[in-house]
Formats: sequence, structure tokens, C-alpha cells
Amino acid sequence: MRLILAAIAVVCSVVSLNADTLIKDNVTSFELDNGLEVVVIQDTRAPVVVHMLWYRAGAADEPPGKSGIAHFLEHLLFKGTDDMAAGEFSQVVAANGGSDNAFTSWDYTAYFQRVASDRLELMMKMESDRMRDLQLTQEDVLTERNVVIEERNQRTENDPGALFSEQRRAAQYLNHPYAVPIIGWMHEIEQLNMDDAMAFYRRFYAPNNAVLVVAGDVEPEAVKTLAQTYYGVLEPTENLPERARPAEPPQLSERRLVLEDPRVAQPYVIRTYLAPERDAGAQEDAAALRILSEVLGGDGASSYLGRKLQFENSDAVYTGAFYSGTSLDDTTFGVVMVPAPGISLPDAEEKLDAAIHGFLQDGVDSDVLDRIKTQIRASEIYARDDVNGLANTYGQALTSGLTIQDVQDWPAILDAVTEDDIMAAARSLFSDRNKAVTGYLTKPEPEQAEVVQ
Amino acid sequence: MNRIFSFFVALVLSLSATASSAEVKIQEVTSEGGITAWLVQENSIPFVALEIWFQGGASLDVPEKRGAINLMTALLEEGAADMDARAFAAARDSLAATIRFDVSDDSLQVSSRFLTENRDEALALLKTALTQPRFDQAAIDRVRKQVLSSIASEAQDPNSIAGNTFSALAHGDHPYATSSDGTAETVTALTRDDLLEAKARAMARDRVFVGVAGDISADELRPLLDELLGDLPAEGAPMPDAAPFNLSGGVTVVPFDVPQSVALFGHRGIEQDDEDFFAAFLLNTVLGANGFQSRLMSEVREKRGLTYGIGSFLVPKDHIPLYLGQVASANDRIAEAIEVTKSEWAKLAENGVTEDELTRAKTYLTGSYPLRFDGNGTIANIMVGMQLSDLPIDYIPTRNDQINAVTLDDVNRVARELLRPDDLHFVVVGQPVGLETTN
Repeated sequence: MRLILAAIAVVCSVVSLNADTLIKDNVTSFELDNGLEVVVIQDTRAPVVVHMLWYRAGAADEPPGKSGIAHFLEHLLFKGTDDMAAGEFSQVVAANGGSDNAFTSWDYTAYFQRVASDRLELMMKMESDRMRDLQLTQEDVLTERNVVIEERNQRTENDPGALFSEQRRAAQYLNHPYAVPIIGWMHEIEQLNMDDAMAFYRRFYAPNNAVLVVAGDVEPEAVKTLAQTYYGVLEPTENLPERARPAEPPQLSERRLVLEDPRVAQPYVIRTYLAPERDAGAQEDAAALRILSEVLGGDGASSYLGRKLQFENSDAVYTGAFYSGTSLDDTTFGVVMVPAPGISLPDAEEKLDAAIHGFLQDGVDSDVLDRIKTQIRASEIYARDDVNGLANTYGQALTSGLTIQDVQDWPAILDAVTEDDIMAAARSLFSDRNKAVTGYLTKPEPEQAEVVQ
Repeated sequence: MNRIFSFFVALVLSLSATASSAEVKIQEVTSEGGITAWLVQENSIPFVALEIWFQGGASLDVPEKRGAINLMTALLEEGAADMDARAFAAARDSLAATIRFDVSDDSLQVSSRFLTENRDEALALLKTALTQPRFDQAAIDRVRKQVLSSIASEAQDPNSIAGNTFSALAHGDHPYATSSDGTAETVTALTRDDLLEAKARAMARDRVFVGVAGDISADELRPLLDELLGDLPAEGAPMPDAAPFNLSGGVTVVPFDVPQSVALFGHRGIEQDDEDFFAAFLLNTVLGANGFQSRLMSEVREKRGLTYGIGSFLVPKDHIPLYLGQVASANDRIAEAIEVTKSEWAKLAENGVTEDELTRAKTYLTGSYPLRFDGNGTIANIMVGMQLSDLPIDYIPTRNDQINAVTLDDVNRVARELLRPDDLHFVVVGQPVGLETTN
């Protein structure tokens, strides 16, 4: 059953195995003298190219009190430069039959265009222009700030699940800026200004702080020549600060929170644990957690939680486990349960914990693990059908502290994970509730009717 | 945090059928049993993407059994032949195959991909789901709860409320008037027999369309079509009649406690087989298409900062063509967003597009045309969409020419006929300031 519950869709972005794995063929990389890293992925099946520029700068790199500036700046990059008028960038892309967009996360900001492969040079010309020569007006900034406020309204304020997720994250990280939402807190977005945007821009938007990914029907040598022509001439930022964020202190106290909102239709319980991320040259722990998330809470019909809570009895409408390992700093591993009608959230939490306890006793079903491994191997074949997905995988990894080698080693490391590795990861993760945040999303109890004597 | 919000992905899907690439060579493959598939053979990656769509979809529900086809579709992967739900999932995963079932107003979609190395086993498994689903009571009860949870969540989601309200007001007693999920009452009452009947109504050979892309030849595919689909019943339920459109110009406010109001608006649209469809398509690109610097995005978002996203969409559904749009703004700004939208609608109806706008729209649409065919999955999907839209198999090389043949006079004549600002009805969910329901 693939019905995705609306209530849960925002909670867990379950990354398919496909996104994790890929082939080594057709990938070339080089670095320009000014420090720009370039990755070329060749796929000649269609005369299309995706051109992506990734900056090693995201929401977790913002100065305190300026939450949302990385994302706001992303919007402002579509305004003018010394060579182009506001809005002209996207107009030119569209006039060439292409599409363009951008996205911001905690660890990166990325800009991309998808165009016919013979338009690559024009994309490089424009993208390199806005790396160093952004020119904003006060009017652009104020109008676009309202757009971002409406974006926050749409994504977050209108959705109790999104508000809940934001509150839980703020509780998860005691000191690290992953506690702060990417889009920013509303009261801080409302105060962001041109100086804030330009300060962030000047500090982080530089060739030696960026990764260029070009994927599609291109020749690596031709890409190199073009990249040298357009990006190679840009000045790097001298003394670029090391990417060190405030680290988490020891987490000594379990955190629990309840968000009540009358708009909640489907209550649920969710718990996240602070967990290690993939580290360059040392991805084994993350690989074990990745497989653990599948074994414990992947597909409902195969996973342990699904079997115990949805199949052997009907305590849950939905269960899941999620882990995204591609992150510069400590990430989270989560479990969620949407209880069946009539089961309270405390009861649901108890049943969820009992199931996790059962898993720690029972261990990994080796048939299930075999099937997951089979899927991982097959996903290397399927991944070749999606060159955009490959481009994303490399861009995200290279801006999250990993190397091309790490990306290419990942499938084999996943494949090498043993039952013992998974259980060791599970025991370590679930043994320390002090690193966990447990949240209930629910609606307020109806007010008691007045008792008439 | 994407800069541009994409709307209505499912609804505009049918439009992607109007595009494809000159590079793509489609073969028509007809089996002995008379089942036709469109095939693009592409051997470089050892897998096949397969799309099997049944026209009619959830609109074939019996009215008092609303939601039966949706629940039935969700249960197709919950056990078949001698496998219960978990055994079926295990068989699928051990082949590393993907098998998905979805249903919308006008079609039931089966999407699969499987490796060349175990193609026959994967197809045999898919066949059990298509022809021998078990509909075990335990599975029915389990999945029914998920559907009920989803129905409850939609009732609290402003976008769903807007969509359901618009449909209810517009479409009278046509199936389009109600959610294909059904209601808590109808879904709770569904029995196993109802699901068997729903399957017989929706999944039959007289309404099946097949698109295949990947590592398979026509000769290999031909016998597989009969093997896979030959056991399905020959005929299903009759298609619904044309849907009415009962809304006239005005505003319907649905009070809901959210800080941002969501507005869904529209009036009647244009059929995809209308000779003016391409002119309308170009017109809408200028007015409000996603991915293009449209007038609505420019006026409502870029100049005034009233919204994160606004768009308009030609939605040629099988039983009525619609012209819809969507915008969301803070409660105290939605009235202005609607005012600007109406005024842009009126301006375009009256004055039309400029030569420059038309040229830009043509360049955009013709240039983006070949970019859509970038993977086996996408290609299979588009081919099945083309068949459902009744487009000819040789449509591909002619499509850009048809776009380029549209004249400024065509577009502006269509603008006067199609855009009717006084007929626009806005359903607004939220606490909008300065807006009230009109009569």
C-alpha cells in the first residue's frame, strides 16, 4: 500500500535507496586554479544538460539573529547583476526553452538550469556573472521579502505538521544551528535587509566555495574549456573561513514536547535521536544506520515496525523509520507511529518502544536484509536512468563534507553492512534517550460539556 | 526551499502528452489478442519501464460506493494469488522490481520497472496483482484505516478544502463533484464484493493503454502483452457523461483558521482536441504557466510581493475542460491578490498578448520540447498520456510546427473567447479580510 498519509508527508522525507547509489562510469572531475570544483556526468541519451552550481553555504552558516538569510539571498540571486536586469536571468533561460530554479538547505545553496545541451555556454556565462556581480535595489529586497514571508506562510504557518517539525528540531539541537529553520523564524525574516544579504553573499559566493556539476549530453573536455572561460576568471575569496559550526555539548536530558493545534486531523508520535552522519573516508556507521532505517521502518509490508504494528496487530495506521546521512554535522535518526483510532499517543509510544525493544531482541531477519541488498545493487542500474538525480547526489555530497570517492564507495559500503553492524548501530542509537526528542502532535481535547445538576 | 512552487502536478500531467522529442522513435506493437502498446526501445540500460493505464479511473465509481475504486487500487499490491501482502512485497523486493498503483479522476495507473535479468518473473508477479488480487479482509481493514486517516487529514488541509469545495459547487451530481477517496461513511461501508465490482468496472481490456520504454524489442514485447493483460475482462463500466459546470462568477469563502488564505479559481476551459487548443496553450503560457515569466507571476509576485506562487492551468479533463488557477496570500492581502488576478484576466481578454510575448512563449514551448524525454520512466509515461489524449503516433515531429503555426490573431481571438473574467469563481479558504461569499 503506497498511500502516503498527508499528515506524515512533511515529517519524513524518506530517501529512496535509488538516491543513495550510483555508478562510477561517465563521471569526471577537476578543479580550476581559483578553487572551483567541477564534476561532469556524461549521459548522451538525450540532447539535454543540467547545469548546477552548489555553494558550500546554507542556513547553518548564517550569523545569529539573521535566520533565513541564506534562503532569502537565494531568492535575490534572481534579481539583477551589473550585466542583467532583475528577472532577466530566468527570462533568458525560458527563451532558450529551459527551466531554472534554486534551493537552499542547511549545508548548501544550489542553482540549476535544465536546457538543450548546446545552450550550456550561455548558462555558464550567466551563472558565473551572478556569482560575483549581484546588484540589488531596496525595492527588490523589500518586495522579495514579502514573497518569502508568504512562502513561510504557505509552507509552515498554514501547516501544523510543519510547525511541529520546526519545534522538534529546535529542541533536538542545543547549540548547533541545525536548530534553526532554513526559511528562518518569522520575526527574523521580517527584519532581514540588503546589508544582511550582501554580507552573506560576499562572504560565501566565491569559486573556491562552490561546486559546479554538469550532467547530460556533454564532453568533459568541452565543459572544462567553458568552465575555465567563464568561472576560471573569477577571483576567489581569500582567507575563506573554515566551515566550523558551534558543536553540540553532551546531551544529558531527554526532551519531550506536545504541539496541540485544532487543525490536526491525524495525531501521531515521533521521536528523533541525534545520530552520526556520513564522514569522508568513514561512512560505515552511517551505512549501518541507513540499512537499519530500511530494516526497521522502510516499506510497511517488509519492515519490522510495519510487521509488528500494522500486520501482526492493527495498532498503527502507519509506521516508519528515517535517516538521512548526507549532512555536514550530526544528523538525526527518527521513528514515527500514526496510531489507529482509539489508541492514545502515550499508548502508541509504549507500543512503538515495545516494538523497538522486540527488534533489539529478535535481530535482523536475514531474508529481509538480502532483499534490501538486492535492491541496492539494482538501484545502481535504475540510477543511470536519472541523470538529474545523479547530479543532485554529487552536489549534495560534495557540499556536505564528502568527496567523489565517498560517493562512489557508498554502494559497496552499504552492501558490506552485516547483521551485526546493524544491531550494533541499533543498540548504540536506542540506548541513549538523552539524545532524543519525542513529540506528540495532537488536537486539543474538546472542552467538557457543562454538567447540569 | 524551492524558489518556485509547482502547482497541480497531477492535473497538468495530461498536458505533458502534448510534448515529446524528435529524437524519440515510437513503435506501435499489437499483440495477437489485439492489445496495443507504444514502445521506445532503448537498450543502453538493462531495465524496462512499463506504464499500463486504464481510462475512466475513479469516476467509474457507483455513486453510493464512492471510494471503492480508490480503495481497490490501493489493495492491488496487498496480496495476490497464493501470496498475502507481505509475501507479495517480499517477491517484488527480491526481484528489485517496482510496482505501483494509483488512481485519479480519469485513469487508473499501473507503473512498473524491472531488470532485464528477471523480466519474466517480474511480469509474472505483476500479472498476479492485475488479475488475481486477493482483497483479504485483514488487508481491507488495514488499508481502509489508512484511507480514512487520509480523508480526515484532507478535511483539515486548506488546499484540499478549496479543491473539494470548488468541485462540489461546479459539478452537480457528476463523479467529479466528490473526492475520489470517498467519504468516511461510504468507505466504512465498502465490502469485499464492492471491491471486486470496482475492479471489474475499472480494469478491462477495452480501456487499457500501454507505454513501454527500455531494454526490450517489439518481438519480445508482443507475446508478453497478451500474457500480462489477456486474462482481464473484455469490457468495463460505461464512461460517465459530460460533467456540468454550475459555477458562475463570484466568491465563495470557506472560513478556516489559518494565517494565509488559499484561493482556487476558474471557469470552463477548452478541449484538448479543439483546433484552438495550441492557441489557448500559448495564451495560458503568457498568462500564468509555471516555469515561465508569466503575467500573473510578474504582477502578483514579482511586482507586489503578494504571494509565493500563482499559476493558471488548462485542465482538459475527460468529461469537462476547465481553466483553473491558484494563489495563496496572507489573510489581509488575499483580496488584493484576487483583484490583481481578475484585472490581468480582463486585460488579456480585452487587449490580447503582444507579438513579443507570443514569440517568447513559442520559443519557450518549442525549446523545452525535447528536454522532457530524458529517461525511460518519463518516456513510457508520456507515451501512455499521448494515447489517452488520442494523439496520433506520428504527432511528435509535428508538434513544434503546430505551435509555430499559431498566429497572434489566433491567440487574441481565443483570448477574447476563452478568458471570461466575469465568470471566474474564487473559492477562498481562510480568514480573508474584505472578502465575502457572493450570491
